[in-house]
Amino acid sequence: MATPQDLRYSKEHEWARVNGDGAVIGITDYAQRSLGDIVYVELPKVGEQIKQFGSIGVVESVKAVSDLFTPLSGEVVEVNGALDGDPAAVNRDPYGDGWMLKLKLSNPDETKSLLSAEEYDKLAAE
Amino acid sequence: MNQMARRTALYDEHRKLGARIVEFGGFEMPVQYAGILKEHDAVRHRAGLFDLSHMGQFRLEGESVAQWADTLTINSVETMKPFQARYNIFCNELGGTHDDTIFYRLPEQRWLLVVNAANAEKMWVLLQNHPAGVRLKNQHGEGALIAIQGPQSVAMLQPHVDMDLASMRYYFCTEDEVEGIPALIARTGYTGEDGFEIFVDGAFASNIWEGLLRAHAREGLEPCGLGARDVLRLEAGMPLYGHELTEEITPVQAGQAWALKLSKPQFTGRDALAAQLERDDYARIVGIAMAGRAPAREGYPLFAGDRRVGEIRSGSFAPSVNGGRNIATALVERDVATVGTLLTVEIRGTRHEATVVAMPFYKRVKS
Repeated sequence: MATPQDLRYSKEHEWARVNGDGAVIGITDYAQRSLGDIVYVELPKVGEQIKQFGSIGVVESVKAVSDLFTPLSGEVVEVNGALDGDPAAVNRDPYGDGWMLKLKLSNPDETKSLLSAEEYDKLAAE
Repeated sequence: MNQMARRTALYDEHRKLGARIVEFGGFEMPVQYAGILKEHDAVRHRAGLFDLSHMGQFRLEGESVAQWADTLTINSVETMKPFQARYNIFCNELGGTHDDTIFYRLPEQRWLLVVNAANAEKMWVLLQNHPAGVRLKNQHGEGALIAIQGPQSVAMLQPHVDMDLASMRYYFCTEDEVEGIPALIARTGYTGEDGFEIFVDGAFASNIWEGLLRAHAREGLEPCGLGARDVLRLEAGMPLYGHELTEEITPVQAGQAWALKLSKPQFTGRDALAAQLERDDYARIVGIAMAGRAPAREGYPLFAGDRRVGEIRSGSFAPSVNGGRNIATALVERDVATVGTLLTVEIRGTRHEATVVAMPFYKRVKS
């Protein structure tokens, strides 16, 4: 799956689709493939303040529990409730239906510290 | 990856198939190929192919084998018929478990003993103290083991052997050829499905592996890794050494007392196990069904009210249980071990509802 050019990426394999002071957050195709079949996603609550690169939840595959980190700081304004009943959406469509949460950014400048698609591809290829 | 990790005869096959490799029991083993759920589905509905060459294979020979082995194991060895296979457990003096194994009785006082990979060294040392009428050969890593498991196992394996597979009884074996290669074929497995385990010299293992996959991939035969195997065995309620059985956890605690033959006069651990069974006061392994979507994992604590009553020993998402539920085994105190007891599992600081349920979680419909 091609890495979308319009997103920003963290070294922990999360993506952010930034739009003004809002952002949608998810995990990359590389991350979902590494994890394998995802069976459970635990997300923060709406209203929670989260800090860039902090641990905000877990993504569990059949065999493993992995921490979920946020690439950006802000207030959680929405979480993808559909993942509760259909966590496999993260495997099927990591950049679309598999999105995890929406943030109201507290510091949109942080976006600059994230990787471009090209930089991320290099990292993932290592 | 551990530099000391060994490779099975099928390592190159796993690489070719794009397997994800992990170290397990001292070997570089495939944990998954296409994905655990897809592989699991193949075994439950069609068939899956497993490389189990990391398991320890010991050949035992001589007129004293059965008598001697009966002093070290809880189940009966002497009463086995030629070509019979039998689950058996080696215990320590306190009744804790050295290893759970399978004995295969072959003609002419020959036996194959299959032990867990992680215990192979320990078991080999343990077996060195044997009487004169016993000869041992350690084939760990040389002898390959390929398993085909699933409802289509008979149909898929039959074209590759001469004998009539359908007539082979469960937990029996035979010496025959697969694709013209001498092999021991046993109707045993660790998935809760029908299937066969094929013991063959490592030098020829890839012929059989490739031959079976090439012939039956289109019918849905999938290469399966240790990840799927663990989910399959957990659903089938089978213990895994290091989880439900350890040097501290006895077969009685792990629900394996069915294999305990107290009619045998003396064997290591007998007195401890008999006393434990009699007292009936011990913590024991139970099945756990989680109410919610959060999986319970090994080491998570269990509570009855505010009292800590045990911990999870194995846990997974289980596709074959009620359309997909989170199941686990747990070692819990006796008074909360009754089926139907409501407990909670602490997951990342939050209590989640769980129920003690009967095992196995999954039982195949026998045809």
